[in-house]
Amino acid sequence: MKLAPYRGWSETARRDLHLALLTLALFVIVTAKFPVFASPHNLAGLLDDTAILIMLALGQMLVILVRGIDLSVAANLALCGMLAALFNRAFPGAGIAPVLALSLVAGALLGAFNGILVWKLRLPPIVVTLGTLSIYRGVIYLLSRGAWVNENEMSREFVGFTRAQFLGLSTLSWFALVFAAAAIFEMRHTRIARNLYAAGGNPEAAAYAGIDPGRMQFIAYLASGAIAGLCGFLWVSRFAVAYTDIALGFELQVIAACLIGGVAIAGGAGSAGGVLLGCLFLGIIRSSLPLVGISAFWQMFINGVVIVAAVLLSARQRRQVRAILEAR
Amino acid sequence: MTLAPFKRWESMLALVLVGEFVLFSAISPYFLDVDTLSDATFNFTERALVALPLALLIIAGEIDISVAGIIALASVAMGLAAGQGAGAATLAIIGLGTGLAAGCVNGLLVTVGRVPSIVATIGTMTLFRGAAYAVLGDRVLKNYPESFATFGQGYLAGPVSIELALFVVSAVAYALFLHGTRWGRAVFAIGANPVATRFSGIPVNRYRFALFALTGLASGLAAVLLTSRLGSTRPSIAQGWELEIISIVILGGVSVWGGKGSILGVVLAALVFGLITFGLGLMNIPGIVMSIFTGTLLILVVAVPALVRRP
Repeated sequence: MKLAPYRGWSETARRDLHLALLTLALFVIVTAKFPVFASPHNLAGLLDDTAILIMLALGQMLVILVRGIDLSVAANLALCGMLAALFNRAFPGAGIAPVLALSLVAGALLGAFNGILVWKLRLPPIVVTLGTLSIYRGVIYLLSRGAWVNENEMSREFVGFTRAQFLGLSTLSWFALVFAAAAIFEMRHTRIARNLYAAGGNPEAAAYAGIDPGRMQFIAYLASGAIAGLCGFLWVSRFAVAYTDIALGFELQVIAACLIGGVAIAGGAGSAGGVLLGCLFLGIIRSSLPLVGISAFWQMFINGVVIVAAVLLSARQRRQVRAILEAR
Repeated sequence: MTLAPFKRWESMLALVLVGEFVLFSAISPYFLDVDTLSDATFNFTERALVALPLALLIIAGEIDISVAGIIALASVAMGLAAGQGAGAATLAIIGLGTGLAAGCVNGLLVTVGRVPSIVATIGTMTLFRGAAYAVLGDRVLKNYPESFATFGQGYLAGPVSIELALFVVSAVAYALFLHGTRWGRAVFAIGANPVATRFSGIPVNRYRFALFALTGLASGLAAVLLTSRLGSTRPSIAQGWELEIISIVILGGVSVWGGKGSILGVVLAALVFGLITFGLGLMNIPGIVMSIFTGTLLILVVAVPALVRRP
C-alpha cells in the first residue's frame, strides 16, 4: 500500500485513517442491512450510549501514553458515582454544581493516589491500579453499607441532568463531544501534550530535555481520575441507580477502545482522534447486536475478539525493526 | 544474586503466618482443630495451584491476567460435556485440555504474535470469559455425575484432602524445577535480561510459550477442582480470582520486574492469604471488605521495599 497521498503522513495518522475507513465500512454494512440504524434517533442513542466510554478512554489514553495503565477507572467511577448519589440524597436541594465539583475532585484525588505511588515510589502501574481497583470497590461497600441508592432517593435535577436534550442530543452526548473536540485540539497543540508524548516515547531523553517523566505520569493519572470521577456522576445520573457493582469490568472496555484506537501500550504513540474512532467502533458493534439478533451475552466475547485482533495487528506493524536474535 | 533479602522476606511471611495462628486461635476456640484447619485449606489450594506456575511466568518477566477467564471457560466446557453424559475422568481431561489450549493461545500471542503479555492476556481474559457468557448466558450447568465430586470434595487420608495433596506435590515439584534445574536457572535469566539470555543460546520464546501453556494447564486443573467442589458452573465462576492469584504471587516476594522470587515464598503467601480469608470469614466480614484488605496488601508489598530502597 504505497499510495501517493500517504507520503509524509505519520504512522499514527495512517492508522487513524485505516480505522476511520473500517468504522465507516462497519457502519455502512449495518445500515445496508438495517436502514433504521442510520436514523437520527438511533445515532443520537448510539452517541449517548458511547459518551462515557469516550471520555474514560480519552483519560486512559493519557495514562497509556506515559507507559502506564489505569485499571482502577471503573472502580473510581463507581465510588465517585456513589459519593454523588449519597451527597444528593443528603442534600437534595443543593443543586448540581456541588455534585459536579464533588465527583470531579473526588475522582482527581483517587487518580492522584495512583499517580503518587507510580511517580514517587516508582511502583509498577498494573500492581498499583489492581490494588486500588479492589480498595475503591470495597470502600463503596463500606460507604453504602451494601445498599442501593435508587431513583426515588435522587432529586429530579440530579436524574434529569444527563437526559436534558439540546439540539437533538442529550447533555451526556454534548459532554462527550465537547470533551473529544477539546482532547483532539489539545493533544495536537499544547505543550503539556507534547511533554506527555515525549515522556512516554523516551523517558531518558525527555528527562534530559527538562521534562520530568514521573511528574507527567502523575498528571496523566490525575486527569484520568478526574475524568472517571466526573463520569461517575454522569453514569449514576443517566442510569438513576448507584450500587457497589456499577460499571464492573468497564475498565477493560475502556482499555480495549484505546488499543483499537491505536494507542501503543509501550507508550508515546496514539491520538485522541484514533481513540474516539475506537470508541465509536465498539459502540457501533454494541448497538447493532440487538438488530442483528445476537444476544447481549455475546458482547464481551466480541470485545475480546476485537481486542486480540487489534493488538495482533499493531504488533505486526513493529515487526520489521527487530533483530533476528533479539528476544522481544 | 544475593539470597539474604529473600530469606528475610520469607521469614517475615512465616512470622505473619504464626501471628495469624495465634490471633485466630485467640479469637475462636474452634480454630485450632484438625477438621477446621482442613476446611480452611480449601480457601487457597485452587488459587495456589495457579499461583505456582504464574510465579514462574512473572519471574520470567511476563504476566497472565486471563487465568480466571480460563477457569470459567474450562468449567463451561466441562459443564457442557457433563450435559452430554461424560464421566468424571472424561470431564477432568476436558477441563485440563481446555486450560492447556487456552494457555497455548496466550503463548502463541506472546511469542509468535509478539504482543506484550499484559495486553495479550487482557484480550484473552475478555475473550475466554466472554465465550463463557456467550455460551451460557444466564444459565447454570449442574448436571455433573456424582463421582465427579471426588476431585474437589474427596479426602486422600484423614483430614488431607485431594486438593491439599495436589498442592503439596505441585509445590515440591515447582520448587525442584525452579531452584534445582538448569531450566529453572533459565527462567530467572530470562526475567533478568531476555536479550542477553537469547544471546547465550537459550530459546527464550520456547520457554515463554511453555510457561503460558503450563499456567493454562494449571488453570484448567483449578477449574476441575473448583467445579467439582461447587458442583455447578456459572459464567461468573472464579470472578476476580486473577487479582487474588497475582496478589499471592507478589506477596510471596516475586518481583514484578522479573528475575527474582522463590516457590517457598509463594507457598507461604498462599497460606497467609488462605488463613486471612478464613479468619475474616470466622469474624463474619463480607468478601468485598476483604478486597480492601487484599488491595492494600498488594500495594504495601511492593511499596515497602520501594520505601526502604529510597535514600
